Amino acid sequence: MRNRFRICAVAASDSIETVHLKTNGANRYDDQLNGQDQGEAFCVSFLKMALKFEVLGKFNRARAARLALPHFVCQTPLFMPVGTQGTIKGLTNNQLEEIGCQIILGNTYHLALRPGAELIDDLGGLHKFMNWKRALLTDSGGFQMVVKLLVSLLHLADITEQGVTFQSPVDAKPMLLTPEESIQIQNKIGADIIMALDDVVKTTITGPRIEEAMYRTLRWIDRCIAAHKRPDEQNLFGIVQGGLDPVLRDICVRGLVDRNLPGYAIGGLSGGEDKDSFWRVVAQCTAALPEDKPRYVMGVGYPLDLVVCSALGADMYDCVYPTRTARFGTALIPEGLLKLKNQAMANDERPIDPTCLCMVCRNYTRAYLHCIVTKDPMGSQLVSYHNLSYMMRLSKDLHTSIVEGRFPEFVQGFLRVQFPKGDIPEWVCNAMEVAGIDMSTCCAP
Amino acid sequence: MRFAVTRACGGGGGRARAGALYIGGSTTAPIETPSLLILTRKGLPTFVSCDHLAALPTPDSLLLHVSPLHFLDCPSSKTISNIGGLHQMLGLHEHFFVAAPRDSLESLPESEGTNKLGASFETPCGRRLIKPSAYVEKIASLKPNLWASMADEVPAWVSDKRNKTSVDRTLRWLDECLALDPAGGKTMLGVVVGGSNIEERKHCAIEVATRNVSGFWIGGFGLGENVEERSALLNVVTDNLPEEKVRFISGLSLPEEVLQGVASGIDLFDSTYIYHLTLGGFALIFPFKILDHNNLDFQLDDTVGDRTKINLRATIYRKDISPIVANCSCFTCQNHTRAYINHLLNVHEMLAHILLEIHNTHHYLGFFRAMREAIKGGKFDLFRQRFVESRRIHLTSAVLCS
Repeated sequence: MRNRFRICAVAASDSIETVHLKTNGANRYDDQLNGQDQGEAFCVSFLKMALKFEVLGKFNRARAARLALPHFVCQTPLFMPVGTQGTIKGLTNNQLEEIGCQIILGNTYHLALRPGAELIDDLGGLHKFMNWKRALLTDSGGFQMVVKLLVSLLHLADITEQGVTFQSPVDAKPMLLTPEESIQIQNKIGADIIMALDDVVKTTITGPRIEEAMYRTLRWIDRCIAAHKRPDEQNLFGIVQGGLDPVLRDICVRGLVDRNLPGYAIGGLSGGEDKDSFWRVVAQCTAALPEDKPRYVMGVGYPLDLVVCSALGADMYDCVYPTRTARFGTALIPEGLLKLKNQAMANDERPIDPTCLCMVCRNYTRAYLHCIVTKDPMGSQLVSYHNLSYMMRLSKDLHTSIVEGRFPEFVQGFLRVQFPKGDIPEWVCNAMEVAGIDMSTCCAP
Repeated sequence: MRFAVTRACGGGGGRARAGALYIGGSTTAPIETPSLLILTRKGLPTFVSCDHLAALPTPDSLLLHVSPLHFLDCPSSKTISNIGGLHQMLGLHEHFFVAAPRDSLESLPESEGTNKLGASFETPCGRRLIKPSAYVEKIASLKPNLWASMADEVPAWVSDKRNKTSVDRTLRWLDECLALDPAGGKTMLGVVVGGSNIEERKHCAIEVATRNVSGFWIGGFGLGENVEERSALLNVVTDNLPEEKVRFISGLSLPEEVLQGVASGIDLFDSTYIYHLTLGGFALIFPFKILDHNNLDFQLDDTVGDRTKINLRATIYRKDISPIVANCSCFTCQNHTRAYINHLLNVHEMLAHILLEIHNTHHYLGFFRAMREAIKGGKFDLFRQRFVESRRIHLTSAVLCS
């Protein structure tokens, strides 16, 4: 019996990055040609990538790279602020550029609700709508939906093979987000990087649900690839799932790598799992993912986590943490956290961080900021500005220290300032051991 | 600080005047009056951060109104002094702060609580009584460029007796502040009150004019007085104040009210207009270059009703990719569209208010500039008349159509 094949993605131009032939009997998926299920098939993928990833320097697993996207050339490791609804809360585009933001994340779920994918498309895409000249990344919309269904027991929803069904928060109509629809919406929004719809479960869950979610993620990636209409302008990243189970993670990584995607994300973390499990999953995945593609650890935002994951070989991060904690009056400093609402700040005439050169640290004292945080909108703006400046400076320091061959010294210095008593958490020491960075000068004897 | 009248729109009893306020070093260009004082919250605009403030037209946007009451609880006077005062604390070294307790927004004079010891205000931290000594101490730590003495401002409906008491009290507090002021009045604005009583207003103005202050703050307006009475009350005050000292008023926020104040010879205005517009999602669009055309461009036409402002929450702007005002050079109009701001308002994002406050401030400053040009060209009365007519056109046409 002749094997039939289907084309998973069509390149618009002559430049074919890879040709990938595979017999794929395990997966079931619709035959778009005549609607029949297929037992076996060839999968021919002509995947044009809309990015170029070039490693500029390394230290063991850590790497500094140049990531060229359609709208901007970025340096990794990098942190992406989250601009949920088409804006970073309280900051203007020119401020974000001044701070050094390279990529901003937009939430597909929120944007599809308001202002709507059609409207964004009609007005020329999200870049034009926001007037953001650098790079954008959109998530699949799945996570927010799952978060909402986990949080809100009233709107019980279902994750089926078809997609994620839930009740619309706007008019309570039943809504279904399929892989096809997620990609369709993201095609309309037009971000440089788009994320596949994955079946995400909390890492604190155990049992067969995790395995089910991992295999479904693999089946859904093929549907995402098939639905993706703009591969020469938008990079579809796959997301590695599998909970905390190394076997499942390994299967997922191999499955995604087989699809030869432009980049890969490590998902399902930052949901309450213990740190020891967290770093081990990251380490396993970065070891297995290809060297020449960017690796994005989703939901990572604590500065310490960024440093550890970068040491283990990850390149990209996103989190609401820096901007959210700013709105509660907490500033990020090399020593850790500065709670500006604390009474001790009321007469402190120093800037948030004397080593920081951002507009806020050059102009304002802790005493003044103490008066305005959580009370006035300006307080929220200023601390957000500083916190993002801090994250951008950290990203840049990571990149530069790797390129200049002084990455271990940078990491050691970072840890010494955060843990002056040498009480570095064990998980960090373990992770650094795998990363090949000497901790003896930072840890207390 | 130095103030000079550069052009008086005399003739026919016209009191409007253009002036120049010299602040800072000799190299800085003077701030021309009539001018707007930008409203602040603890010294900074509500939404416009210092980098965007610096991008607004200068030197007009260098004038800021600040209320010492915002700093009652923190930072302590000692800390403010250590830091170096307002300019240092806020990182606004080029700016000019005029301090007056009332901001017409959150620090509101509360005349029933005021007594011989001090003035009472409603603030976000509850009702507070401020004594002159505490007030002067706060001022000394803040070091504003100009500051108003304490006033007992009363609304228009109080009894004559209460009104008279307010004048006596205000004068007494003025003398107390003068006595406590180490600079001897060089940066002080003497306050004139008197409610809606012509005689009291005149009496108070004459008295304050004899004190050794650098300018005057006219209080007690915008507290329920009759708009028709207002001009007469303003005139009796300005007629009895020396020409060559600057006059600042609180409580006249709207363009029509500002025009009324300018017509009576007032130089500086603080206003809550921008703040209320911004919070409501409104953007100013009214034309103010109305002397440029002989042919009035505001004939009765059937275009959009309100030509003063647009409500960017309205669904008609969902896909409007034009700027708020074509050819406006503010950051908002140069970078963003009505559609984007409409979206930001709908999803309750702070950026909407930042962008609106930038545009509205820019636009209102433009209005003040046009007013100054009209005064300098001797055409203030014409400007005022045309402006007021154009604002009423849409109301007229609405009435005629219904």
